[in-house]
Amino acid sequence: MLTAEEKHQIDHEISLVPAPKNACIEALKIVQHNHGWISDESLKDVADYVGMSPAELDSVATFYNLIFRRPVGRHVILLCDSISCYIMGYEGIKEALHKKLNIQYGQTTADGRFTLLPNCCLGTCDCAPALMIDNDLYRNLTVEQLDEILNKYT
Amino acid sequence: MEKPLTQHIVPGRAPLSLKEYEKVGGYQSVRKILKEMTPQEVQALVKESDLKGRGGAGFNTGLKWSFVPMGPDAATPKYLVANADEMEPGTFKDRVLLEGNPHQLIEGMILAAYAIQASISYVFLRWAYKVAAREITKAIQEAYDAGYLGQNILGSGFNLDMHLHTGVGRYMCGEETALLNALEGKRANPRAKPPFPQVSGLFGKPTIVNNVETLCCLPHIVNNGAEWFKKLGLTVDAGTKLFGVSGRVKTPGCWELPMGTTIREILEDYAGGMQDGYLFRGLLPGGASTDFLVEEHLDLPMDYPSIQAAGSRMGTGTMIIMDDQTCPVGFTLNLQHFFAQESCGFCTPCREGLPWVEKILLAIDKGEGKPEHLLTLDFHTKYLGPGNTFCALAPGAMEPLQSALKYFREDFERHIHEHHCPWSKAKAWQPSI
Repeated sequence: MLTAEEKHQIDHEISLVPAPKNACIEALKIVQHNHGWISDESLKDVADYVGMSPAELDSVATFYNLIFRRPVGRHVILLCDSISCYIMGYEGIKEALHKKLNIQYGQTTADGRFTLLPNCCLGTCDCAPALMIDNDLYRNLTVEQLDEILNKYT
Repeated sequence: MEKPLTQHIVPGRAPLSLKEYEKVGGYQSVRKILKEMTPQEVQALVKESDLKGRGGAGFNTGLKWSFVPMGPDAATPKYLVANADEMEPGTFKDRVLLEGNPHQLIEGMILAAYAIQASISYVFLRWAYKVAAREITKAIQEAYDAGYLGQNILGSGFNLDMHLHTGVGRYMCGEETALLNALEGKRANPRAKPPFPQVSGLFGKPTIVNNVETLCCLPHIVNNGAEWFKKLGLTVDAGTKLFGVSGRVKTPGCWELPMGTTIREILEDYAGGMQDGYLFRGLLPGGASTDFLVEEHLDLPMDYPSIQAAGSRMGTGTMIIMDDQTCPVGFTLNLQHFFAQESCGFCTPCREGLPWVEKILLAIDKGEGKPEHLLTLDFHTKYLGPGNTFCALAPGAMEPLQSALKYFREDFERHIHEHHCPWSKAKAWQPSI
């Protein structure tokens, strides 16, 4: 069920575009912001609200890298795996994260704290390697810094 | 040396507020055109300045605008979109402008919107640029409060609304027609052209999509004139350009320099040359989808025709340096993995061809390559080249591959003959998931 507040926010987005379905990505963002991901139930709720079939909306939702159709942890780690970070040795960071968190790409820690995902170029190539956790960008990464960074997130 | 675009950007300092920006001449160009110039005169000025699109294609901006229907019979509303979906691997120049001086972008967008008589504008921003999102939101509100946006701007009768749209991640969104689909709440597949967006773009209305850096040039052209802008360039191309360098150099970064500055000067004087213990082998001059250049090209000026004559493209002007300790096969594999993953899947050559290329490169990198694999890669560079796919993604992907096969073929052959990667296995790259 969409909450009254979610409906209010989605209504605002709909008011800016010619047809309700044009606001579907914004609607998914609003719901994901509250739930962390888009469940089948949320997908159907949003589809009904903006006048699309669930299948049509899912074709949009699954197209984009940052709409999560599976549950994620409380914090999402996005590790840049593009070319400048490759040159600067991001694999060392990746291996260290795998070991520290005991998860591979696409997995969530047993305590639900972190999900680890690879990510395309974060646009900070002069400070490679880089990663983002939630809204925070970390650059010029070394393996030694990882514990301190991860400890900020509970 | 004049640095109009970055003159008010100080790394580590918050961008200028609207009041501070006005004190250093901000929004003067808006006052000027609303009072003194017709939209057609603004178009003519920008065309005359020879400003070329800074997103990679390098098309004359004023000429691009001139295809928008004008006059009382033109369809409305018209739209202006700032393409701030910077996602080309190795590219980090628009971030500097977005985080450093958002009012300059808004000022440029008002000028562009006026020139085509657009009444609604969007900043299409990459989700990852969180600081930029915050600063642009603040700046748009300030511009509304000061009467530079909204109805009847500065009493001129010109109206313009501006919205920030943050994307949800997909390289395709940088392609202008795919970006428009994303803005309409659809999958970001590219559209067939014609009709061109100038005639039928966002929601079927006339639309211009311009890159952030392109838009940021506009206030300076209006304030100082076309001749001034042309003279900023050292060679045939006009203006300054944000050039960047990443990789194993001493001081990677992004600098505003005259168009036509040589690669060597950028690499040695600004990026500080190679790090100790690393040797230069090649570079991609303008992001992941440009052809390799090598030692013999270092004295070329960074301008559109010079880089094109050398078989590459200036692209975004942000160079990626390949050093001697990075495996050229692993480097190319990393790029092709990116392109295969980011293909929208709409057209067959791109959807099927890029994963095939990736698989072959992975086999070669693991020491399982066969001599005939190189021929398969060669024909892909033709079959996925310009004219064979629906948009420019796959042809762009083929640019670094075809030039890697040309300049580093021996390294590919060594992998095949020696049945392993001659570079450190610790650096051997495996695609994710």
